[in-house]
Amino acid sequence: MTDGFVPAPLKQLPWRLLFLLLAIGGFGTIVLFSAAGGSLTPWAASHAVRFCIFLVMAIIMSRIPEEFYARMAMPGYAAVLILLIAVELIGGISGGSQRWLDLGFIRLQPSELMKLAVVLATARYYSMLPAGQVRTWTAVWPPVLLFGIPFVLVLLQPDLGTGLMIAAGGVTVMFLAGIPLRLFVGTAVIGAAALPVVFSFLHDYQQKRVLIFLNPEEDALGAGYHITQSKIAIGSGGIFGKGYLNGTQSHLDYLPEGHTDFVFATMAEEWGLLGGLAIIVAFVMVGRWGLQVASRATTRFGRMTAAALSMTIFYYVTINLLMVMGMAPVVGIPLPMVSHGGTAMLTVMLCLGVLMSIERHSRRRTGL
Amino acid sequence: MDPLKLLFGANRQVTEAQQQFTFSRRAFFLGGTQVGIGVLLAGRMAWLAVAENEKYALLAESNRVNLQIIPPRRGWIVDRNGRPIALNRTAFRVDLIPDRLADKDAVLTELAQVMRLTPVDVERVRADLKKAAGFQPVPVAENIDWETFAAVSLRTTEMPGVAPSEFFTRHYPEGASVGHLIGYVGAASAKDYEEKRDPLLITPGFKIGKDGLEKTQEVTLRGLPGAKRTEVTARGKLVRDLATRPDVPGKTVKLTVDAGLQAYTGRRLGLESGSAVVIDCETGGILTLSSMPSFDPNSFSDGIGRIEWRMLQEDDHIPMLNKAMQGLYPPGSTVKPAAALALLQNGVDPEETVFCNGGYTLGSRTFRCLGRHGPMNMRHALMKSCNTYFYAMGRRIGYDRIAPVAKMLGLGKEFDLPMPSQRYGTVPDSAWKRKKFDQDWSQSDTLNATIGQGYVLSSPLQLAVMSARIASGKMLDPYLIHGQRKPAARLPFSEEQLQVVRDGMDLVVNGAGTAVRSRLPLEGIRMAGKTGTAQVRAIKGGQRGQSGNWKYRDHGLFVFFAPVEKPRYAGAVVIEHGMGGARAAAPVAKSMMTYLYDPAKAMEELTALEAGWGGDVNTRMARKAAAWKAASDPKAAVQAAAEGSVEDSEIKKTTEIEERLDAGAPVNRDAAASPEPETAAAPVTADVPPRPAEGSPQ
Repeated sequence: MTDGFVPAPLKQLPWRLLFLLLAIGGFGTIVLFSAAGGSLTPWAASHAVRFCIFLVMAIIMSRIPEEFYARMAMPGYAAVLILLIAVELIGGISGGSQRWLDLGFIRLQPSELMKLAVVLATARYYSMLPAGQVRTWTAVWPPVLLFGIPFVLVLLQPDLGTGLMIAAGGVTVMFLAGIPLRLFVGTAVIGAAALPVVFSFLHDYQQKRVLIFLNPEEDALGAGYHITQSKIAIGSGGIFGKGYLNGTQSHLDYLPEGHTDFVFATMAEEWGLLGGLAIIVAFVMVGRWGLQVASRATTRFGRMTAAALSMTIFYYVTINLLMVMGMAPVVGIPLPMVSHGGTAMLTVMLCLGVLMSIERHSRRRTGL
Repeated sequence: MDPLKLLFGANRQVTEAQQQFTFSRRAFFLGGTQVGIGVLLAGRMAWLAVAENEKYALLAESNRVNLQIIPPRRGWIVDRNGRPIALNRTAFRVDLIPDRLADKDAVLTELAQVMRLTPVDVERVRADLKKAAGFQPVPVAENIDWETFAAVSLRTTEMPGVAPSEFFTRHYPEGASVGHLIGYVGAASAKDYEEKRDPLLITPGFKIGKDGLEKTQEVTLRGLPGAKRTEVTARGKLVRDLATRPDVPGKTVKLTVDAGLQAYTGRRLGLESGSAVVIDCETGGILTLSSMPSFDPNSFSDGIGRIEWRMLQEDDHIPMLNKAMQGLYPPGSTVKPAAALALLQNGVDPEETVFCNGGYTLGSRTFRCLGRHGPMNMRHALMKSCNTYFYAMGRRIGYDRIAPVAKMLGLGKEFDLPMPSQRYGTVPDSAWKRKKFDQDWSQSDTLNATIGQGYVLSSPLQLAVMSARIASGKMLDPYLIHGQRKPAARLPFSEEQLQVVRDGMDLVVNGAGTAVRSRLPLEGIRMAGKTGTAQVRAIKGGQRGQSGNWKYRDHGLFVFFAPVEKPRYAGAVVIEHGMGGARAAAPVAKSMMTYLYDPAKAMEELTALEAGWGGDVNTRMARKAAAWKAASDPKAAVQAAAEGSVEDSEIKKTTEIEERLDAGAPVNRDAAASPEPETAAAPVTADVPPRPAEGSPQ
């Protein structure tokens, strides 16, 4: 298909991924239309518009060469870290927890951008590290600092979910860089042993969330309400769902946050198991695409970045779905491209933009 | 050992190719993790949506659907002619829904203005609101008039949280006259709910029977609740109505009672503390079971106020006691017909005479008669109520032969009646005395018991049954629910024996007897009867319980039946501290019988009497309540209101009565012997009168 009507720049686009993304975003719009009681406002329309803008942005990002991201990784990381500290300071002054900077046109959450920045910076570090030093301390402590500092800052905000995702991004890159397995296993064992101590340092409401997660029925009308109602919505949907626009849990307001964090429950009530499987399969395919990009990447930075970003996107989905189905505490991680709300979608689209750039880069090296 | 070796492994020199290989392997592992997690998520979802679908579908449904119970309409209680004694009336009420109250103070202020609430009412609502939570409505007012209801309904949008609604209230057209018989209804107590766990019990506006027939006939009267199903949002906002199941109204209970006579009797008892029972001599059906003063079941069913409650509690006429069944009195001379039957049964010739010279001497003591009657046969002894005759004859056969006859006629018996409680009194005999006091039965015990004094205690209901059995010659069992008539065997007396007693009772009213002033003012219809006077306390000095402090005056009793030739009605009247059967009780019987045959005439007579008493019973009670309210400290009233309305009044009622019984119980048999009887003796109640002294030594 070298000849024909389709211009080369269009043909070069990763259409398989774009179709997947359009399917997910489109389905999200349809679900949000129902969540608003069969109305484009206030969620469905803005979701669709935002999705399109961010997707175009991601495609534009794919035209930027991979080398640019590699070079900008460290400065970008530093900038985001400064923003994160700024947020912390403003929060401290205004006397309360603050997670965003008001730039006038958008409320910027530096912690969201950090998810991407950590992966890029860590990958950049390893790509510059000589292969012979991978099994030395030099390969361990700087990356740990790279994800450790923002992790602590975000934890202080306090935002446990985002903090864990930042750390997971860094750890994933370390894992891919070839750090010995025994280090991961050992840390995991120590971490598990220290869990009670960590738990005691959590905020009251965070502790409560964890406890409620362990036994949601105990507080079915209080804070366990979210999980209980979400499970009712998903469980009552059955295999084929109650039919589009027929969800009672969402339409009668029993399901809280039915358009944001618990959008999956809203969907599952009306579309049933089939709708849920469709979303899960779509996201697994997105993840697979990302790992394929990683395996075909020509640079070490590209390989590690692609694989880690693929995982970052997948962490979103995993944490959100585990939470919605009552297998994880309520941590406030949305389902990207389906939940209403710009920040998570922006982060994921930035990740995808970088991924597409790497893909394009590898194709040019091999194909041309 | 090298710690780095331990951490990083033996081979610390990694080549580019090795690194590439490690990456591929680990990336593949991550890919596997993604798929694995995907499968886990899918499996979890399948578990929720397929395996547990039924459970969650049910939960979603119970979220969505709000089940509102519609209290069943209570069955009516009607009299023997189908005239309603207890029925339901449409009424209007206003409740507050705490959850929907945005601005409590503003709403209460406006509501108080629209509904013209008193500060007392507002305080009570505030107090209730503090205790209430969520969707449980807090009543503001029940039984408001239509204009107020309409005024509130028009303003509901301005006052969120205010819920005006229509409901049914219990209505008793006869008011206080049926209080003790029918009882009243009220909201179920927390205890009721804990026992049954029936959500109907805590439905606002639902009431259960709390006393009398309302309580005992609860199962029949209640009916089945309906259910209104509505789809609601999580915030309780109504989305739409779903299918509604209507309630099944309770069944009507038809009584043997004659509502007209019941109401008439209640009014006729007037200012007295007394009771009257009339029984249908053909069936045993109770036509009237009246005890006055009484409470107004209408105000009880609407929730009685504290002031009104205290008024009833502090009344020395004990309006909360059903004296017809729970009042016990020495029957006095009203048991002489029973004694006469026992004499006949034991072979005493009715024509045999005893000479009455004003008393009877037993050993060193003289038992006095009311007069010097001269020679007395049985008929005349009944007519004149001659004690001497019955002392002499009773002593001849012994009280152990009289007691079985008294019992056979219904004294000392508990009847199978659907009423919450009955007291059955005492018919003593030697075995009873041996068991109770570990003493031998004495001759003077016999003399006292024969004339209905001493240990003998009976209720007005028992006396009515006694006269009905004598009149009919049958073992009539009284009953209240229409159609529950029990077969009645004949009494083991010959018609001639019964006729002697009936003749004697005929003479009491229509001969030269003790109740000649109570002859029926009717053409061709005669009433037979027997008067009785029961001493409340021992005779002391010249005072024979005929004057002085009301509480120490004698009780007046009267048993009767009519018409004499073919008895149709029989009954008993007891007027507490009425001083004499002929004086206080017989006129009431006369009025009741007149009412049954000529209501217009009886009403005319009653109207004249009521003019002297200050209006009919409902008017007088209303006036008294108003006076009490005016006399009470308004501040105390506000506080009382804040404490909440009287709950479970029937429980309190019982305890109060028991306290009174306890207080009355220790009254000494030999009160006359105590140095300061007037002050030392506990207040005498109708239930436990002191024993009269066994005559005074001379």
